[in-house]
Amino acid sequence: MTIVVYVEHQHGAPKRASAEALGAARSLSDQVVAVVAGEGADAAAAGLGGHGATRVVHLTGSHAFSPDAMAQDLAKIVGEHGAKGLFLSATSTGSDVAPRAAALLDSTLFSNCTAVNAAGDGFEITRPWLAGKLIAELSPKSSVLCATLRRNTFQAHSGGGNAEVSQVAATETGQATLARIEAKEEGKLDVSEAPVVVSGGRGLKEPEGFGVIEELAAAFGDAAVGASRAVVDAGWRPHGEQVGQTGKTVSPQLYIAVAISGAIQHLAGMKTSKVIVAINKDPEAPIFKVADYGIVGDAFEVLPVLTEEVRKIRAQG
Amino acid sequence: MNIVACIKRVPTTDLQAKVGGDQKSLDSAGVQYMVSFYDEIAVEEAVRLKEKHGGEVTILSMGPSDAAKEIRECLAKGADKGVLLTDSEWDQRDALSTAKALKAKVEELGPNLVLTGRLATDHDNGAVGPMLATLLGWACVTDVIELEIDGDKGTAKRESESGVEIYDFQLPAVITCQKDLNEPRYAGLKGIMAAKKKPVEEAACEPGASQAEVTKLSVPPARKEGRIVGEGAAAVPALLDALRNEAKVL
Repeated sequence: MTIVVYVEHQHGAPKRASAEALGAARSLSDQVVAVVAGEGADAAAAGLGGHGATRVVHLTGSHAFSPDAMAQDLAKIVGEHGAKGLFLSATSTGSDVAPRAAALLDSTLFSNCTAVNAAGDGFEITRPWLAGKLIAELSPKSSVLCATLRRNTFQAHSGGGNAEVSQVAATETGQATLARIEAKEEGKLDVSEAPVVVSGGRGLKEPEGFGVIEELAAAFGDAAVGASRAVVDAGWRPHGEQVGQTGKTVSPQLYIAVAISGAIQHLAGMKTSKVIVAINKDPEAPIFKVADYGIVGDAFEVLPVLTEEVRKIRAQG
Repeated sequence: MNIVACIKRVPTTDLQAKVGGDQKSLDSAGVQYMVSFYDEIAVEEAVRLKEKHGGEVTILSMGPSDAAKEIRECLAKGADKGVLLTDSEWDQRDALSTAKALKAKVEELGPNLVLTGRLATDHDNGAVGPMLATLLGWACVTDVIELEIDGDKGTAKRESESGVEIYDFQLPAVITCQKDLNEPRYAGLKGIMAAKKKPVEEAACEPGASQAEVTKLSVPPARKEGRIVGEGAAAVPALLDALRNEAKVL
Protein backbone atom coordinates (compact mmCIF):
# COMPACT_ATOMS: atom_id res chain seq x y z
CA MET A 1 0.00 0.00 0.00
CA THR A 2 1.54 3.27 -1.13
CA ILE A 3 0.94 6.64 0.50
CA VAL A 4 1.89 9.88 -1.24
CA VAL A 5 2.90 12.80 1.00
CA TYR A 6 3.23 16.41 -0.12
CA VAL A 7 6.23 17.91 1.65
CA GLU A 8 6.65 21.61 2.38
CA HIS A 9 10.23 22.56 3.05
CA GLN A 10 12.42 25.39 4.25
CA HIS A 11 16.20 25.79 4.41
CA GLY A 12 16.73 22.43 2.70
CA ALA A 13 14.69 20.39 5.19
CA PRO A 14 11.03 19.46 5.52
CA LYS A 15 8.96 21.79 7.69
CA ARG A 16 8.10 20.18 11.00
CA ALA A 17 4.45 19.70 9.98
CA SER A 18 5.57 17.83 6.84
CA ALA A 19 8.03 15.69 8.82
CA GLU A 20 5.07 14.70 10.99
CA ALA A 21 2.97 13.84 7.92
CA LEU A 22 5.83 11.70 6.58
CA GLY A 23 6.10 9.99 9.96
CA ALA A 24 2.36 9.28 10.00
CA ALA A 25 2.53 7.78 6.50
CA ARG A 26 5.57 5.67 7.33
CA SER A 27 3.92 4.29 10.47
CA LEU A 28 1.15 2.95 8.18
CA SER A 29 3.16 1.86 5.16
CA ASP A 30 6.63 0.90 3.96
CA GLN A 31 5.95 2.60 0.64
CA VAL A 32 5.93 6.34 1.14
CA VAL A 33 6.35 8.63 -1.85
CA ALA A 34 7.33 12.17 -0.84
CA VAL A 35 6.63 14.98 -3.30
CA VAL A 36 8.65 18.21 -3.18
CA ALA A 37 8.67 21.26 -5.39
CA GLY A 38 9.88 24.83 -5.51
CA GLU A 39 13.08 26.67 -4.68
CA GLY A 40 15.46 24.60 -2.58
CA ALA A 41 13.56 21.38 -3.27
CA ASP A 42 16.66 19.55 -4.51
CA ALA A 43 18.40 20.01 -1.17
CA ALA A 44 15.27 18.99 0.73
CA ALA A 45 14.66 15.97 -1.56
CA ALA A 46 18.05 14.48 -0.75
CA GLY A 47 17.28 14.17 2.95
CA LEU A 48 13.70 12.90 2.85
CA GLY A 49 14.68 9.23 3.15
CA GLY A 50 15.78 10.01 6.67
CA HIS A 51 12.31 11.37 7.39
CA GLY A 52 10.54 8.18 6.32
CA ALA A 53 10.13 8.54 2.55
CA THR A 54 11.00 5.46 0.51
CA ARG A 55 10.81 7.33 -2.80
CA VAL A 56 10.98 11.02 -3.59
CA VAL A 57 9.45 12.79 -6.55
CA HIS A 58 11.05 16.18 -7.13
CA LEU A 59 8.76 18.33 -9.28
CA THR A 60 11.00 20.63 -11.27
CA GLY A 61 10.33 23.93 -12.97
CA SER A 62 10.90 27.59 -12.22
CA HIS A 63 7.29 28.75 -12.68
CA ALA A 64 5.19 30.45 -9.99
CA PHE A 65 3.36 28.24 -7.48
CA SER A 66 -0.22 27.38 -8.33
CA PRO A 67 -2.34 25.29 -5.94
CA ASP A 68 -4.45 23.87 -8.78
CA ALA A 69 -1.41 22.87 -10.85
CA MET A 70 0.11 21.28 -7.73
CA ALA A 71 -3.13 19.37 -7.15
CA GLN A 72 -2.97 18.04 -10.72
CA ASP A 73 0.60 16.83 -10.21
CA LEU A 74 -0.28 15.16 -6.90
CA ALA A 75 -3.32 13.42 -8.39
CA LYS A 76 -1.17 12.20 -11.27
CA ILE A 77 1.51 10.84 -8.91
CA VAL A 78 -1.15 9.11 -6.79
CA GLY A 79 -2.50 7.47 -9.96
CA GLU A 80 0.92 6.42 -11.25
CA HIS A 81 1.81 4.75 -7.97
CA GLY A 82 -1.63 3.26 -7.41
CA ALA A 83 -1.50 4.94 -4.00
CA LYS A 84 -4.23 4.38 -1.41
CA GLY A 85 -3.47 7.52 0.55
CA LEU A 86 -2.57 11.17 -0.09
CA PHE A 87 -1.44 13.05 3.01
CA LEU A 88 -0.75 16.76 3.36
CA SER A 89 -0.20 18.83 6.49
CA ALA A 90 -3.12 20.93 7.70
CA THR A 91 -1.08 24.05 6.98
CA SER A 92 -2.38 26.93 4.88
CA THR A 93 -0.77 25.46 1.74
CA GLY A 94 -1.76 21.86 2.53
CA SER A 95 -5.34 22.85 3.25
CA ASP A 96 -5.43 24.83 0.00
CA VAL A 97 -4.09 22.08 -2.26
CA ALA A 98 -5.68 19.00 -0.65
CA PRO A 99 -9.36 19.48 -1.57
CA ARG A 100 -8.45 20.14 -5.21
CA ALA A 101 -6.33 16.98 -5.45
CA ALA A 102 -9.10 15.01 -3.70
CA ALA A 103 -11.70 16.24 -6.20
CA LEU A 104 -9.45 15.21 -9.10
CA LEU A 105 -9.22 11.74 -7.54
CA ASP A 106 -13.01 11.62 -7.12
CA SER A 107 -12.40 11.22 -3.38
CA THR A 108 -13.68 13.33 -0.54
CA LEU A 109 -11.32 15.05 1.91
CA PHE A 110 -10.75 14.49 5.61
CA SER A 111 -9.27 17.72 6.96
CA ASN A 112 -7.24 18.25 10.09
CA CYS A 113 -7.12 14.59 11.11
CA THR A 114 -5.85 13.82 14.61
CA ALA A 115 -5.48 10.08 14.01
CA VAL A 116 -5.21 7.82 10.95
CA ASN A 117 -5.15 4.07 11.49
CA ALA A 118 -5.18 1.04 9.23
CA ALA A 119 -8.45 -0.93 9.32
CA GLY A 120 -8.77 -4.01 7.14
CA ASP A 121 -8.02 -2.94 3.57
CA GLY A 122 -8.58 0.70 4.38
CA PHE A 123 -8.29 3.26 7.13
CA GLU A 124 -10.16 4.79 10.01
CA ILE A 125 -9.62 8.41 10.86
CA THR A 126 -10.37 10.77 13.72
CA ARG A 127 -10.97 14.48 13.35
CA PRO A 128 -12.52 17.29 15.39
CA TRP A 129 -15.95 18.78 14.69
CA LEU A 130 -17.13 22.15 15.96
CA ALA A 131 -13.50 23.18 16.58
CA GLY A 132 -12.97 20.23 18.90
CA LYS A 133 -16.18 20.34 20.92
CA LEU A 134 -16.82 16.88 19.42
CA ILE A 135 -14.50 14.15 18.17
CA ALA A 136 -15.66 12.27 15.08
CA GLU A 137 -14.40 8.84 14.11
CA LEU A 138 -14.96 8.09 10.45
CA SER A 139 -14.61 5.19 8.09
CA PRO A 140 -13.45 6.55 4.72
CA LYS A 141 -15.04 4.89 1.70
CA SER A 142 -13.12 6.87 -0.92
CA SER A 143 -10.85 5.07 -3.40
CA VAL A 144 -7.94 7.18 -2.11
CA LEU A 145 -7.82 8.46 1.47
CA CYS A 146 -7.14 12.17 1.01
CA ALA A 147 -6.31 13.73 4.35
CA THR A 148 -4.69 16.76 5.89
CA LEU A 149 -3.01 16.01 9.21
CA ARG A 150 -3.18 18.26 12.21
CA ARG A 151 0.09 19.71 13.37
CA ASN A 152 1.82 18.79 16.64
CA THR A 153 -0.17 15.53 16.64
CA PHE A 154 1.77 12.90 14.67
CA GLN A 155 5.26 11.60 15.40
CA ALA A 156 8.02 12.34 12.93
CA HIS A 157 9.96 9.29 11.66
CA SER A 158 13.06 8.45 13.68
CA GLY A 159 14.26 5.26 11.95
CA GLY A 160 16.46 6.91 9.32
CA GLY A 161 16.65 5.57 5.78
CA ASN A 162 17.39 6.44 2.18
CA ALA A 163 15.13 7.17 -0.74
CA GLU A 164 15.69 7.27 -4.47
CA VAL A 165 14.94 10.71 -5.92
CA SER A 166 13.37 11.06 -9.36
CA GLN A 167 12.83 14.36 -11.13
CA VAL A 168 9.58 15.05 -12.95
CA ALA A 169 8.66 18.26 -14.78
CA ALA A 170 5.84 20.00 -12.92
CA THR A 171 2.61 21.20 -14.52
CA GLU A 172 3.40 24.81 -15.30
CA THR A 173 0.16 26.57 -15.90
CA GLY A 174 -2.39 26.96 -13.17
CA GLN A 175 -5.69 28.78 -12.92
CA ALA A 176 -4.55 30.84 -9.96
CA THR A 177 -0.87 31.70 -9.65
CA LEU A 178 1.14 33.13 -6.79
CA ALA A 179 2.37 36.55 -7.86
CA ARG A 180 4.29 37.42 -4.68
CA ILE A 181 4.45 37.02 -0.93
CA GLU A 182 4.50 39.83 1.60
CA ALA A 183 6.60 37.86 4.06
CA LYS A 184 6.21 38.46 7.75
CA GLU A 185 9.16 39.43 9.91
CA GLU A 186 11.96 36.90 9.78
CA GLY A 187 11.74 34.52 12.73
CA LYS A 188 8.20 35.50 13.66
CA LEU A 189 6.28 32.31 14.37
CA ASP A 190 2.66 31.75 13.46
CA VAL A 191 0.39 31.04 16.40
CA SER A 192 -0.57 27.71 14.83
CA GLU A 193 2.99 26.41 14.62
CA ALA A 194 4.77 27.81 17.69
CA PRO A 195 5.62 25.41 20.54
CA VAL A 196 4.71 28.13 23.05
CA VAL A 197 1.75 30.52 22.72
CA VAL A 198 1.18 33.52 24.96
CA SER A 199 -2.35 34.86 24.46
CA GLY A 200 -3.95 38.02 25.75
CA GLY A 201 -7.55 39.09 26.19
CA ARG A 202 -9.81 41.97 27.04
CA GLY A 203 -8.45 42.11 30.60
CA LEU A 204 -5.37 43.87 29.22
CA LYS A 205 -7.60 46.97 28.97
CA GLU A 206 -6.11 48.57 25.83
CA PRO A 207 -4.04 47.63 22.76
CA GLU A 208 -0.87 48.84 24.51
CA GLY A 209 -1.58 46.28 27.21
CA PHE A 210 -0.26 43.65 24.81
CA GLY A 211 3.25 44.96 25.49
CA VAL A 212 3.57 42.56 28.45
CA ILE A 213 2.37 39.68 26.23
CA GLU A 214 4.91 40.47 23.52
CA GLU A 215 7.71 40.74 26.06
CA LEU A 216 6.91 37.34 27.58
CA ALA A 217 6.71 35.77 24.11
CA ALA A 218 10.08 37.34 23.24
CA ALA A 219 11.60 36.00 26.46
CA PHE A 220 10.65 32.45 25.45
CA GLY A 221 12.18 32.99 22.01
CA ASP A 222 10.09 30.25 20.39
CA ALA A 223 6.69 31.69 21.33
CA ALA A 224 3.95 33.31 19.26
CA VAL A 225 1.45 35.92 20.43
CA GLY A 226 -2.20 34.85 20.43
CA ALA A 227 -5.39 36.80 21.07
CA SER A 228 -9.00 36.29 22.08
CA ARG A 229 -11.82 37.10 19.67
CA ALA A 230 -12.86 40.10 21.76
CA VAL A 231 -9.56 41.91 21.24
CA VAL A 232 -9.39 41.00 17.55
CA ASP A 233 -12.93 42.29 16.99
CA ALA A 234 -11.98 45.45 18.87
CA GLY A 235 -9.12 45.91 16.39
CA TRP A 236 -6.33 45.62 18.98
CA ARG A 237 -4.73 42.63 17.27
CA PRO A 238 -4.74 41.13 13.74
CA HIS A 239 -7.07 38.22 12.99
CA GLY A 240 -4.09 35.98 12.22
CA GLU A 241 -3.43 35.85 15.97
CA GLN A 242 -6.97 34.87 16.97
CA VAL A 243 -7.26 31.57 18.81
CA GLY A 244 -10.67 29.92 18.92
CA GLN A 245 -13.59 28.64 16.91
CA THR A 246 -13.52 31.48 14.38
CA GLY A 247 -9.75 31.82 14.53
CA LYS A 248 -7.02 29.22 14.77
CA THR A 249 -7.01 25.95 16.65
CA VAL A 250 -3.67 25.49 18.39
CA SER A 251 -2.06 22.68 20.35
CA PRO A 252 1.33 23.93 21.53
CA GLN A 253 3.45 22.41 24.29
CA LEU A 254 2.63 25.37 26.49
CA TYR A 255 -0.32 27.78 26.23
CA ILE A 256 -0.39 30.79 28.53
CA ALA A 257 -3.76 32.58 28.65
CA VAL A 258 -3.43 36.04 30.14
CA ALA A 259 -6.48 38.14 31.08
CA ILE A 260 -8.71 35.84 29.00
CA SER A 261 -11.90 34.77 30.73
CA GLY A 262 -12.31 31.65 28.57
CA ALA A 263 -15.46 31.78 26.44
CA ILE A 264 -16.46 28.37 25.05
CA GLN A 265 -15.36 29.42 21.55
CA HIS A 266 -11.87 30.27 22.86
CA LEU A 267 -11.56 27.06 24.87
CA ALA A 268 -12.45 25.04 21.75
CA GLY A 269 -9.38 26.51 20.02
CA MET A 270 -6.75 25.75 22.68
CA LYS A 271 -8.04 22.90 24.85
CA THR A 272 -5.73 20.34 23.26
CA SER A 273 -2.58 22.25 24.27
CA LYS A 274 -0.24 20.01 26.27
CA VAL A 275 0.03 22.35 29.25
CA ILE A 276 -2.22 25.32 29.92
CA VAL A 277 -1.40 28.20 32.28
CA ALA A 278 -4.03 30.81 33.12
CA ILE A 279 -3.33 34.18 34.64
CA ASN A 280 -6.47 36.10 35.51
CA LYS A 281 -7.69 38.51 38.17
CA ASP A 282 -11.03 36.72 38.49
CA PRO A 283 -10.69 33.41 40.37
CA GLU A 284 -14.08 32.36 38.93
CA ALA A 285 -13.01 32.80 35.27
CA PRO A 286 -13.88 29.67 33.21
CA ILE A 287 -10.31 29.57 31.86
CA PHE A 288 -9.17 28.13 35.21
CA LYS A 289 -11.35 25.05 34.60
CA VAL A 290 -9.15 23.94 31.68
CA ALA A 291 -5.84 25.25 33.05
CA ASP A 292 -3.23 22.95 34.57
CA TYR A 293 -1.76 25.83 36.57
CA GLY A 294 -3.32 29.13 37.46
CA ILE A 295 -2.24 32.36 39.03
CA VAL A 296 -4.95 34.64 40.34
CA GLY A 297 -3.58 38.10 39.81
CA ASP A 298 -3.14 41.21 37.72
CA ALA A 299 -1.35 40.58 34.42
CA PHE A 300 0.61 43.83 34.74
CA GLU A 301 2.08 42.68 38.08
CA VAL A 302 2.59 39.00 37.27
CA LEU A 303 3.93 39.12 33.72
CA PRO A 304 6.99 41.36 34.18
CA VAL A 305 8.22 39.04 36.96
CA LEU A 306 7.46 35.93 34.91
CA THR A 307 9.15 37.44 31.85
CA GLU A 308 12.32 38.19 33.81
CA GLU A 309 12.48 34.62 35.16
CA VAL A 310 11.82 33.04 31.76
CA ARG A 311 14.55 35.20 30.25
CA LYS A 312 17.01 33.88 32.87
CA ILE A 313 15.97 30.27 32.27
CA ARG A 314 16.29 30.59 28.50
CA ALA A 315 19.67 32.34 28.86
CA GLN A 316 20.94 29.28 30.78
CA GLY A 317 19.78 27.14 27.82
CA MET B 1 -21.52 40.76 -12.49
CA ASN B 2 -23.47 37.73 -11.36
CA ILE B 3 -22.36 36.24 -8.08
CA VAL B 4 -23.37 33.12 -6.22
CA ALA B 5 -22.69 33.10 -2.48
CA CYS B 6 -22.78 29.60 -0.98
CA ILE B 7 -23.85 29.41 2.65
CA LYS B 8 -24.39 26.68 5.21
CA ARG B 9 -26.71 26.63 8.18
CA VAL B 10 -24.67 25.53 11.20
CA PRO B 11 -25.15 25.39 15.00
CA THR B 12 -24.38 28.67 16.77
CA THR B 13 -20.78 28.90 18.02
CA ASP B 14 -21.84 29.14 21.68
CA LEU B 15 -23.23 25.59 21.51
CA GLN B 16 -22.35 23.16 24.30
CA ALA B 17 -22.35 20.18 21.96
CA LYS B 18 -23.85 16.87 23.04
CA VAL B 19 -23.93 13.54 21.22
CA GLY B 20 -27.25 11.97 20.20
CA GLY B 21 -28.50 8.55 21.29
CA ASP B 22 -27.01 6.86 18.21
CA GLN B 23 -23.49 7.96 19.33
CA LYS B 24 -22.95 9.09 15.73
CA SER B 25 -24.65 12.45 15.40
CA LEU B 26 -25.02 15.75 17.18
CA ASP B 27 -27.91 15.87 19.66
CA SER B 28 -30.10 18.49 18.00
CA ALA B 29 -32.22 19.16 21.10
CA GLY B 30 -32.05 22.86 21.90
CA VAL B 31 -29.56 23.59 19.10
CA GLN B 32 -29.92 27.03 17.53
CA TYR B 33 -28.68 27.74 14.04
CA MET B 34 -26.94 30.54 12.18
CA VAL B 35 -25.32 31.24 8.82
CA SER B 36 -21.77 29.92 9.21
CA PHE B 37 -19.51 32.76 10.34
CA TYR B 38 -17.26 32.81 7.25
CA ASP B 39 -20.22 32.43 4.85
CA GLU B 40 -21.62 35.70 6.24
CA ILE B 41 -18.38 37.33 5.11
CA ALA B 42 -18.85 35.78 1.66
CA VAL B 43 -22.38 37.19 1.44
CA GLU B 44 -21.16 40.64 2.51
CA GLU B 45 -18.42 40.58 -0.13
CA ALA B 46 -20.92 39.50 -2.79
CA VAL B 47 -23.26 42.38 -1.93
CA ARG B 48 -20.38 44.88 -1.92
CA LEU B 49 -19.22 43.67 -5.35
CA LYS B 50 -22.77 44.00 -6.66
CA GLU B 51 -23.00 47.54 -5.25
CA LYS B 52 -19.75 48.41 -7.02
CA HIS B 53 -20.07 46.56 -10.33
CA GLY B 54 -23.83 45.96 -10.65
CA GLY B 55 -25.37 42.55 -11.25
CA GLU B 56 -27.16 40.04 -9.10
CA VAL B 57 -26.39 37.98 -5.99
CA THR B 58 -27.86 34.51 -5.56
CA ILE B 59 -27.63 32.71 -2.23
CA LEU B 60 -27.12 28.98 -2.71
CA SER B 61 -27.41 26.55 0.15
CA MET B 62 -27.94 22.89 0.86
CA GLY B 63 -29.87 21.79 3.88
CA PRO B 64 -33.26 21.07 5.36
CA SER B 65 -36.29 23.16 4.36
CA ASP B 66 -35.81 25.12 7.60
CA ALA B 67 -32.61 26.58 6.14
CA ALA B 68 -34.73 28.91 4.02
CA LYS B 69 -34.68 31.09 7.16
CA GLU B 70 -30.90 31.55 6.90
CA ILE B 71 -31.23 32.31 3.17
CA ARG B 72 -33.81 35.03 3.98
CA GLU B 73 -31.33 36.55 6.44
CA CYS B 74 -28.88 36.94 3.56
CA LEU B 75 -31.58 38.37 1.26
CA ALA B 76 -32.27 40.94 3.98
CA LYS B 77 -28.66 42.10 3.68
CA GLY B 78 -28.95 42.80 -0.04
CA ALA B 79 -28.79 39.51 -1.94
CA ASP B 80 -31.45 39.15 -4.64
CA LYS B 81 -32.66 35.57 -4.64
CA GLY B 82 -32.08 32.21 -3.03
CA VAL B 83 -31.81 28.57 -4.03
CA LEU B 84 -32.06 25.83 -1.43
CA LEU B 85 -31.00 22.32 -2.42
CA THR B 86 -32.65 19.72 -0.27
CA ASP B 87 -32.33 16.00 0.02
CA SER B 88 -33.64 14.01 2.94
CA GLU B 89 -30.15 12.83 3.93
CA TRP B 90 -28.30 16.06 3.22
CA ASP B 91 -26.38 15.95 6.50
CA GLN B 92 -24.89 12.54 5.60
CA ARG B 93 -23.23 14.01 2.54
CA ASP B 94 -19.48 14.34 2.32
CA ALA B 95 -17.68 17.37 0.90
CA LEU B 96 -17.29 15.87 -2.57
CA SER B 97 -20.95 14.95 -3.04
CA THR B 98 -21.96 18.39 -1.76
CA ALA B 99 -19.59 20.03 -4.25
CA LYS B 100 -21.03 17.91 -7.06
CA ALA B 101 -24.59 18.94 -6.20
CA LEU B 102 -23.57 22.61 -6.01
CA LYS B 103 -21.69 22.35 -9.30
CA ALA B 104 -24.81 21.33 -11.20
CA LYS B 105 -26.72 24.32 -9.80
CA VAL B 106 -23.86 26.77 -10.32
CA GLU B 107 -23.60 25.75 -13.98
CA GLU B 108 -27.30 26.45 -14.36
CA LEU B 109 -26.99 29.86 -12.66
CA GLY B 110 -23.88 30.75 -14.70
CA PRO B 111 -22.21 33.27 -12.36
CA ASN B 112 -18.86 35.03 -12.91
CA LEU B 113 -17.90 34.48 -9.32
CA VAL B 114 -18.74 32.10 -6.48
CA LEU B 115 -18.00 33.24 -2.93
CA THR B 116 -18.15 31.06 0.16
CA GLY B 117 -16.65 30.82 3.63
CA ARG B 118 -13.20 29.29 4.22
CA LEU B 119 -14.92 26.53 6.16
CA ALA B 120 -18.27 25.81 7.75
CA THR B 121 -18.03 25.98 11.54
CA ASP B 122 -19.70 22.60 12.08
CA HIS B 123 -17.49 20.00 10.38
CA ASP B 124 -14.62 22.47 9.85
CA ASN B 125 -13.59 20.63 6.69
CA GLY B 126 -12.90 23.58 4.36
CA ALA B 127 -13.14 21.46 1.23
CA VAL B 128 -16.35 22.29 -0.65
CA GLY B 129 -15.20 25.64 -2.15
CA PRO B 130 -11.95 24.43 -3.77
CA MET B 131 -13.62 21.15 -4.75
CA LEU B 132 -16.41 23.04 -6.49
CA ALA B 133 -13.81 25.10 -8.39
CA THR B 134 -11.91 21.95 -9.38
CA LEU B 135 -15.07 20.25 -10.67
CA LEU B 136 -15.97 23.39 -12.62
CA GLY B 137 -12.42 23.80 -13.92
CA TRP B 138 -12.35 27.32 -12.45
CA ALA B 139 -9.68 29.25 -10.60
CA CYS B 140 -9.89 29.30 -6.82
CA VAL B 141 -8.15 31.27 -4.07
CA THR B 142 -8.79 30.24 -0.47
CA ASP B 143 -8.67 32.10 2.87
CA VAL B 144 -8.93 35.45 1.10
CA ILE B 145 -8.49 38.64 3.12
CA GLU B 146 -8.52 41.14 0.23
CA LEU B 147 -10.20 40.84 -3.16
CA GLU B 148 -10.02 43.01 -6.28
CA ILE B 149 -12.03 42.29 -9.41
CA ASP B 150 -11.22 44.16 -12.63
CA GLY B 151 -13.15 42.96 -15.68
CA ASP B 152 -12.42 39.28 -16.10
CA LYS B 153 -9.28 39.42 -13.94
CA GLY B 154 -8.92 39.22 -10.20
CA THR B 155 -6.28 39.62 -7.51
CA ALA B 156 -6.68 38.08 -4.09
CA LYS B 157 -4.58 38.20 -0.96
CA ARG B 158 -4.61 35.13 1.22
CA GLU B 159 -3.31 34.58 4.68
CA SER B 160 -0.63 31.93 5.19
CA GLU B 161 1.89 31.03 7.87
CA SER B 162 4.70 32.69 5.94
CA GLY B 163 2.86 35.96 5.37
CA VAL B 164 0.34 37.31 2.89
CA GLU B 165 0.27 35.59 -0.51
CA ILE B 166 -0.99 37.52 -3.53
CA TYR B 167 -2.65 35.49 -6.28
CA ASP B 168 -3.67 36.48 -9.81
CA PHE B 169 -6.55 34.67 -11.45
CA GLN B 170 -9.10 34.82 -14.26
CA LEU B 171 -12.86 34.78 -13.83
CA PRO B 172 -14.96 32.73 -13.45
CA ALA B 173 -13.56 31.82 -10.05
CA VAL B 174 -14.39 30.51 -6.60
CA ILE B 175 -13.14 32.56 -3.65
CA THR B 176 -13.26 31.34 -0.05
CA CYS B 177 -13.42 34.11 2.52
CA GLN B 178 -11.39 34.66 5.69
CA LYS B 179 -12.31 36.96 8.55
CA ASP B 180 -10.30 40.07 7.62
CA LEU B 181 -12.01 40.43 4.23
CA ASN B 182 -14.83 42.64 5.51
CA GLU B 183 -17.15 43.41 8.40
CA PRO B 184 -20.61 41.99 7.60
CA ARG B 185 -23.47 44.48 7.87
CA TYR B 186 -26.59 44.03 9.95
CA ALA B 187 -29.90 43.72 8.17
CA GLY B 188 -32.13 46.78 8.55
CA LEU B 189 -35.89 46.69 8.90
CA LYS B 190 -36.27 47.75 5.26
CA GLY B 191 -34.06 44.90 4.15
CA ILE B 192 -35.95 42.39 6.26
CA MET B 193 -39.28 43.55 4.76
CA ALA B 194 -37.85 43.43 1.22
CA ALA B 195 -36.44 39.94 1.79
CA LYS B 196 -39.94 38.58 2.36
CA LYS B 197 -40.80 39.35 -1.26
CA LYS B 198 -37.60 37.95 -2.79
CA PRO B 199 -37.79 34.51 -4.42
CA VAL B 200 -36.35 31.43 -2.71
CA GLU B 201 -36.45 28.37 -4.92
CA GLU B 202 -36.39 24.98 -3.25
CA ALA B 203 -34.96 22.22 -5.42
CA ALA B 204 -34.70 18.56 -4.49
CA CYS B 205 -31.41 16.94 -5.42
CA GLU B 206 -30.42 13.31 -5.71
CA PRO B 207 -28.98 11.86 -2.51
CA GLY B 208 -25.22 11.46 -2.84
CA ALA B 209 -23.32 8.36 -1.77
CA SER B 210 -21.18 9.33 1.19
CA GLN B 211 -17.51 8.40 1.31
CA ALA B 212 -17.33 9.51 4.94
CA GLU B 213 -19.29 7.28 7.28
CA VAL B 214 -19.32 8.40 10.91
CA THR B 215 -18.68 5.40 13.13
CA LYS B 216 -18.59 7.23 16.45
CA LEU B 217 -19.04 10.74 17.77
CA SER B 218 -17.94 11.69 21.26
CA VAL B 219 -17.32 14.61 23.55
CA PRO B 220 -13.56 14.81 24.24
CA PRO B 221 -12.54 13.87 27.77
CA ALA B 222 -12.35 16.80 30.17
CA ARG B 223 -8.85 17.95 31.01
CA LYS B 224 -7.47 16.75 34.30
CA GLU B 225 -8.30 19.29 36.98
CA GLY B 226 -5.50 21.74 37.49
CA ARG B 227 -4.66 23.93 40.45
CA ILE B 228 -4.14 27.53 41.40
CA VAL B 229 -0.47 27.84 42.34
CA GLY B 230 -0.88 31.17 44.10
CA GLU B 231 -1.80 34.82 43.90
CA GLY B 232 -0.04 37.70 42.20
CA ALA B 233 3.63 38.02 41.28
CA ALA B 234 4.61 36.07 44.41
CA ALA B 235 3.24 32.92 42.71
CA VAL B 236 5.70 33.07 39.80
CA PRO B 237 8.37 30.80 41.42
CA ALA B 238 5.70 28.16 42.19
CA LEU B 239 4.49 28.32 38.57
CA LEU B 240 7.98 27.95 37.14
CA ASP B 241 8.71 25.08 39.50
CA ALA B 242 5.54 23.29 38.31
CA LEU B 243 6.31 23.92 34.63
CA ARG B 244 9.88 22.71 35.02
CA ASN B 245 9.56 19.75 37.38
CA GLU B 246 5.98 18.52 36.97
CA ALA B 247 4.94 19.39 33.45
CA LYS B 248 8.53 19.38 32.13
CA VAL B 249 7.86 21.98 29.47
CA LEU B 250 10.59 24.45 30.40
